[in-house]
Amino acid sequence: MKLHEYQSKQLFAEHGIPIPHGQMTMNASEAKSIAEELGGRVVVKSQVLVGGRGKAGGIRVVNTPDKAEEAATQILGMNIKDLPVRKILIDEAVDIKTEIYLGITNDRTRRCPVMIASAEGGVEIEEVAKTHPDKIVRVWIDPLLGLRDYQARYLAACTEMPREHWREFMSITKGLYQTFMQTDATLAEINPLVITGDKGLMALDGKIVLDDNGLFRHPELAEMRDLDEEAAEEREARKYGLSYVKLDGEIGCMVNGAGLAMATMDVIHLYGGSPANFLDIGGGASAEKVAAAIQIIIRDPNVKAVLFNIFGGITRGDEVARGILAALEKTPTKLPLVVRLVGTNAEEGRHLLAKADMETAVSLADAAQKAIAAAKAVEES
Amino acid sequence: MSILVDKSTKLLVQGITGREGLFHTARMIEHGTSVVAGVTPQKGGEWVMGGKVPVFDTVKSAVEATGANTSVIFVPSRFSADAILEAADAGIALIVCITEGIPVQDMMKVRRYLDQMDVRLVGPNCPGLLSPGTAKVGIIPGDIAIAGNIGVVSRSGTLTYEVLHALKENDMGVSTCVGIGGDPINGTSFVDTLELFEADPHTEKVVMIGEIGGTDEELAAEYIRDHMTKQVVAFIAGKTAPPGKRMGHAGAIVEGGEGTAEDKIKALAAAGVVTADQPEEIPGLLQ
Repeated sequence: MKLHEYQSKQLFAEHGIPIPHGQMTMNASEAKSIAEELGGRVVVKSQVLVGGRGKAGGIRVVNTPDKAEEAATQILGMNIKDLPVRKILIDEAVDIKTEIYLGITNDRTRRCPVMIASAEGGVEIEEVAKTHPDKIVRVWIDPLLGLRDYQARYLAACTEMPREHWREFMSITKGLYQTFMQTDATLAEINPLVITGDKGLMALDGKIVLDDNGLFRHPELAEMRDLDEEAAEEREARKYGLSYVKLDGEIGCMVNGAGLAMATMDVIHLYGGSPANFLDIGGGASAEKVAAAIQIIIRDPNVKAVLFNIFGGITRGDEVARGILAALEKTPTKLPLVVRLVGTNAEEGRHLLAKADMETAVSLADAAQKAIAAAKAVEES
Repeated sequence: MSILVDKSTKLLVQGITGREGLFHTARMIEHGTSVVAGVTPQKGGEWVMGGKVPVFDTVKSAVEATGANTSVIFVPSRFSADAILEAADAGIALIVCITEGIPVQDMMKVRRYLDQMDVRLVGPNCPGLLSPGTAKVGIIPGDIAIAGNIGVVSRSGTLTYEVLHALKENDMGVSTCVGIGGDPINGTSFVDTLELFEADPHTEKVVMIGEIGGTDEELAAEYIRDHMTKQVVAFIAGKTAPPGKRMGHAGAIVEGGEGTAEDKIKALAAAGVVTADQPEEIPGLLQ
């Protein structure tokens, strides 16, 4: 789950990291009064959960409250990468001397958090990794020991931090590490961390991504989820505990298990088709869950045929078959349906489905080819 | 013969009184596994499986009373990190964690702690282990594989069943199937499992089922190139997965250009490993 800049910076501030004075708003006239309180010269920043806001014109520095209102009106009317801007952050403008990158994420290969710093702040770190890999410095943190002072000092030294700011910088690295660990984040990033002319160090922009599996520990953070920023189908899928990713092909897929769902997509592609989605109904899927999955799939107008690939392990074949039938009763569809059911109680499941008008397949290759042929027939009719 | 689980396995089930715990304990016993104890806090003193398996409050008391040497974990994700640590501290040598959804920071700490001990963790978010006809620890359906000389190792659940099923259809048997799990931080890696298969005299060939995310397959390719004498056939799921999207498993994500199926297949090819285009091709490639 991604957090907005204003939410991320708020969490940083709670862990002692200095941030500019500012406030989020959803309307332009309020933007004006916030700008007045902040002294006139402000930055109006769109709050959308995609990168490239600056390039898209979604960040503007203005000198007066009237100009702030004008900029706010324009930005609130924008779409950035297809996302309408609904929220803006009004921050005091600060006098920037130097921009630094400071972030922390999980290193899967080393199985521990890694803190990353670079003197090349203000641009995306992936970009720096390509153009100036030598300008990136990393320290790996033992999760049982936490970030140590010597590691923070090493980052300060390697980013050529002026010595008078070391103490402050070290306190910010500690704050960032605490934010990361205490929110169960998978990424916490300050970019840029700036050295200002008059106010020391400050986190000018921030980004936090939370581990969905850790949210049960943080109900207050779970509430920060911006439902407007999510596709309706993905929201619906989450409600039913389904794992769904929309793609742009024509074969809808319902599969149990993430690996098998990916393999199903790959096999569809191998035979010249294109998957419309990734959908894992998970283990022990109930009829209700399966019904929700089918409804999400057939709502996609690109879908011309649906392929069900179920291997019965924990999820029993008859249970899935009942789910499919219940869903079709609720949401009848004219789309061709191809079912492959193997494993625990598959026999009973197939028996139940024989009553409905569904094409069955034995192998995955066969199922994929049947679904592709059915989709073509629909397109041509 | 097999690796990790066999007739010497004395299994303890953590979370035995839950719905999944009870269901799968019965399946594991049916498959010939010696289930000696269960643990559910505050239910110590009860008996399950028709009065055949005693339930204890703590892993330590269960180990002291029964000599359990292996544990399988079915407890909810928020209690799983604790359950793994409890098993390790009680001296269990092999811990198999089935549970999905453990916070990644919990797993980082658990893994760091276990690294200092003489204990092996398989999983989490895995289907467990099956040595067909000998023992089963976890949830892999026992009847979809027959005993034989092919080792199977996989990050997935049902995709693994798919491959076991395809092997059985072709009368090809399995020494042990190891589900290492779909989380970004797990206990046993591909390399760890390949080492065991390479050393096992009864495993002749190995099937490795990987997927997008991380670099575990790339590390496996290096290991195969440098140390493996047995044939390895691979399948990598997620060629059509878009970058930046988590494909169900917490660990199945291409991030910052790392973890693509293409890179993994390339690394495996460089190590002389043939990768199947679809799971059903695997038996043919082993012949």
